[in-house]
Amino acid sequence: MSAVVTHSAQTLVLNSSEPTLPLRRAVPVTSSSSSEGAAMLSRRILVLGATSGIAEACCRLWAERGETLYLVARNADKLASVAADLRTRGAAFVETAVADLDNTSAHPELLAHAINALGGLDIAFVSLGTLGEQPKAERNFNDAAQIIHTNFVAAASLLTWLGNYCAQRHAGTLAVLSSVAGDRGRKSNYVYGSAKAGLSAFLSGLRNRIDRDGVRIMTIKPGPVRTAMTQGMKGQEKFADVNKVAATIVKGIDRGGDILYVPGIWRLIMLVIRTVPERVFKKTNL
Amino acid sequence: MAATDSGSSTQPSYKASDGKHQRPAFESWGRYPEYEADIRDLHWQSDFPHAMEGVHNGALPVGMGRSYGDVCLLKDGTLLRTTGMDRLLAFDTTTGLLTAEAGVTLAQILDFAVPRGFFLPVTPGTKYVTLGGAIANDIHGKNHHIAGTFGNHVTQFELVRSDGAQMLCTPTENPDFYAATIGGMGLTGVITWAQVRLKPIVSRMVDYQGIQFHGIDEFLDLTQQSQSIEYTVSWIDVTSTGKNFARGIFMQGDHSQVPAPLKVSSKPKLVFPMELPGWALNGTTVGLFNTLFFNKQIKSRVSTLQDYEPFFYPLDAVLKWNKMYGKRGLLQFQYAIPWEYAREGTIAILQEVAKSGLASFLAVLKAFGDVPSPGMMSFPKPGITLALDFPIKPEKSFALFDRLAAMTHEFGGRLYPAKDARMTAPQFRAFYPQWERFARYKDRALTSSFWERVTEGEGDR
Repeated sequence: MSAVVTHSAQTLVLNSSEPTLPLRRAVPVTSSSSSEGAAMLSRRILVLGATSGIAEACCRLWAERGETLYLVARNADKLASVAADLRTRGAAFVETAVADLDNTSAHPELLAHAINALGGLDIAFVSLGTLGEQPKAERNFNDAAQIIHTNFVAAASLLTWLGNYCAQRHAGTLAVLSSVAGDRGRKSNYVYGSAKAGLSAFLSGLRNRIDRDGVRIMTIKPGPVRTAMTQGMKGQEKFADVNKVAATIVKGIDRGGDILYVPGIWRLIMLVIRTVPERVFKKTNL
Repeated sequence: MAATDSGSSTQPSYKASDGKHQRPAFESWGRYPEYEADIRDLHWQSDFPHAMEGVHNGALPVGMGRSYGDVCLLKDGTLLRTTGMDRLLAFDTTTGLLTAEAGVTLAQILDFAVPRGFFLPVTPGTKYVTLGGAIANDIHGKNHHIAGTFGNHVTQFELVRSDGAQMLCTPTENPDFYAATIGGMGLTGVITWAQVRLKPIVSRMVDYQGIQFHGIDEFLDLTQQSQSIEYTVSWIDVTSTGKNFARGIFMQGDHSQVPAPLKVSSKPKLVFPMELPGWALNGTTVGLFNTLFFNKQIKSRVSTLQDYEPFFYPLDAVLKWNKMYGKRGLLQFQYAIPWEYAREGTIAILQEVAKSGLASFLAVLKAFGDVPSPGMMSFPKPGITLALDFPIKPEKSFALFDRLAAMTHEFGGRLYPAKDARMTAPQFRAFYPQWERFARYKDRALTSSFWERVTEGEGDR
């Protein structure tokens, strides 16, 4: 009961004062919506969860194009080696912040700092996530709550702040890593899957709300990809190559679009999986 | 059920018992021998030694698996695959010093360096090897007579031991571990990052000359005349006898000094589509190939400007070309025989190969220079090196191999571990008498099937 009270109280506070990001100074309107020459400029990209295998591969492509990057991740050593690599490959500017994004109360400060450092924001790439361990999450709700918190709650917090920031300026792209696992709950990973399903639904609603304000929301749904996150999973050798996945994502962000399945075949696979009637689906071993 | 049981008992090393030949997840380039192993990927420098948790049968750091035999294999053990550690950490455009994680491939380095006007100081015949693998096998290239081995250009690296100790290794800091790790076959620890000095180029083109020769003496004359040319290597026909014995093409080149665009060329698209049946490569087809290759160059001498890709990596244009050798795979044989017996030994071995009638194309002959290798266990030494490959036909090719290895020993030469699957323990000890000293720097938690074979389980000191 007390949790519900706290939650509604917080909502009231948010509604009453309409907090905005504590930006140090006025940030100019982002470049992507302005002149035609803007495409030639170095884009300002904020990466939340920069040591994720998919995020890092995308960042390499952005670095080779000379983009400006602000990277956030939890592990300082890993983040430092990713940043060194991106600087070496040609990024115009790389700034980093070590932060545990599970801590949602630190989000406004963190995001304000990042946007100040970038001098604005063209793309936010939201790639925080954890696969967790499904068997542990089945036995112990604390494990399940952790998976749901990182994949859904923390992401929703970041997207709330970023969505409002971009909507005010009528510019910006929020590209978010969800998963095909969110398209239907399966016994092998339904905790992770349900968090990603929540994230996909959140993005759908956010898009419905602020797309008309000029903010592009892209829901990215990768199938299984060979990265550190999927290490040790059965059949990992046959998973999609992370560099090809990243190339598709980077191109997809350039083109725009609402929902991007990578590799593209997963759009078809999930269409089929979603159409299987529940009375049949419940007997499968997926 | 009975059929399934007998099927699995006759093939104990294969996972599947459905009658279909299941290859292990990690193979060496020769695809022989086939050993099952647990594969763990290292993505971060900090992943080792944590990745050793639960390892019981030893572990071995590996890269792209481009060495031919069992130097990159560990039967029933754990392979620590380093290709996930592929970050470029720093590059100094004034000195050409590149610092990178050990799992980066030479192909990735070229993609980065060539557009910036730099090239690898030493490169083998494939760019699909890792930086760590290049150090661990102290690889050589067509410029050995001028540049020495890859290790000669490695200024420093970090070595992490299974007990967690991190060591910065340079020629002056931890010099013993520096020397033991270069050419150390991955046995001294995991190289997390390394720094290598790249060299400046102004063009991606190579001034190439191809010269026909007949016999070893003409080859030696050409070698003598081309001392100042950076890259030299020869293709040699080992199937012909009589007046065509030891005919070949001497290939030489220098980086073009004429400034030209440095854009990276496109990626190879061809993949060798299937395993050829075992009989496809035989004396007749290989003899035909060799005659065609020799006569493709009609004039006795051609000069042309060639892109670096076909000059250095002609075989990389066809990915997975090793499948050409069928499901049994291939054996490589590469010796280095010192100048004292180089001529005599090479002629005797070529005669033995021609007499055997066992097909080999891609026979490569080169003179090694006298730049000393920094590695304790490095393979090259001044003299002649010959590399051959054969499809595996157990009774015949193994017997030939054993004869050639014995001859190499008689002529004071040695074999290259990165290309070996057959040398005996006594031969290894004779080829590398410093092995006991090397064993003192070996990490006890790491080993390879090669090391177990050539030391007969006595490889830890």
